[in-house]
Amino acid sequence: MADSTTNSEQTGPRRRAIVLDALAALVALVGLADAVYLTVEHVTGKSVRCTVIAGCSEVLSSAYATFGPLPLAALGALAYFAAFSLATLAAFGNTSARTLLGVLVCIMCLMSLWLLYVQAFIIGHFCQYCLLSAAVTFSLTIIVIGGRVLQRPARMK
Amino acid sequence: MKRLLPVIIIIVVLLIVLGGGALLMRTPQSEPAQPSLSSAPPTQQRAMPRDEQPVHFKGRLDAPVQLDEFGDYQCPPCGLFHPIAQRVLAQYGDRLRFSFRNLPLPKIHKFAAEAARAAEAAGQQGKFWEMHDLLYEKQQEWSKGEAARPFFLKYAQEIGLDVNRFTQDIDGAVAGMRVAQDDYLAQTRGVTGTPTVFLNGREVPFEQLMDYDKLRAAIDVALAGKP
Repeated sequence: MADSTTNSEQTGPRRRAIVLDALAALVALVGLADAVYLTVEHVTGKSVRCTVIAGCSEVLSSAYATFGPLPLAALGALAYFAAFSLATLAAFGNTSARTLLGVLVCIMCLMSLWLLYVQAFIIGHFCQYCLLSAAVTFSLTIIVIGGRVLQRPARMK
Repeated sequence: MKRLLPVIIIIVVLLIVLGGGALLMRTPQSEPAQPSLSSAPPTQQRAMPRDEQPVHFKGRLDAPVQLDEFGDYQCPPCGLFHPIAQRVLAQYGDRLRFSFRNLPLPKIHKFAAEAARAAEAAGQQGKFWEMHDLLYEKQQEWSKGEAARPFFLKYAQEIGLDVNRFTQDIDGAVAGMRVAQDDYLAQTRGVTGTPTVFLNGREVPFEQLMDYDKLRAAIDVALAGKP
């Protein structure tokens, strides 16, 4: 009886963790789609005309849109794909993947904060796709880090 | 099987992403497949009277095909369009007139206005196109630093300008007036972005502009309609 109580107490947080990891994987997919779209836009130069009207073109044609020879959006796509892969592995019980996901999401969150600063104070324009990417990253951070924090008291019982 | 499932999911997503990305690359955005200019919706296209005589042009003034660009020397897509324009000019020779007008966007490109004045100052010594070509070819060099003026002076020297006169002219009223005139013309034509190019007075869709083959096809259509 005592064992079954302990098992059910352990199953609850475990289920929550799986749900959160699956949710993180889904959210990462949204970011991945956004980043792939931005990468294609950047590579093909399809809609990066420079305009006097505020919009994506100012951001995507700025010096901050590339990291060396690589479009920043491509790095974002890689990061989102890594986040999706790690969240999927974590949802299937891989604890190392869960730890790595936490680290990756923290780095992505810091990067998003920097890019928001660049858009607001350096370029002076916002790109809606970049804002979506930032929103996805912040959501991921809340899900991944917030989820871990919320689970801690349950584990200590 | 359960251990393999996450790996399978990841691989499937990777394949979907790669396939989707490739599909996006091939899909033209809101552009008709035909190179015909007349097939584009008239409400989205700006028009410019053909007889609007440009100050800076290459080719025959009364050439059957007229390509008029509004450009910003610090704008990366304008830099990408420059070699396309050069190829088109080499291809069509006297059958084409290519003109350039300044539309610097100083809000997003801090050296754009100065670069436009540098080209105009070079023009006052008869070397507008030499400076124009250099500014685009070396866009990456002068547009990234803290100050662009030393580069402009170096280019002036390279193309054999009187550098003292160039230094005065770049801040002079004539260069400023020329840029302002082009800027005003852009405003009256509703041009808000660069590069914006008119082919015989009709705006070329951006995607068509940035693809040499598509632009050539559009020029061929325009030429076919001429005697």
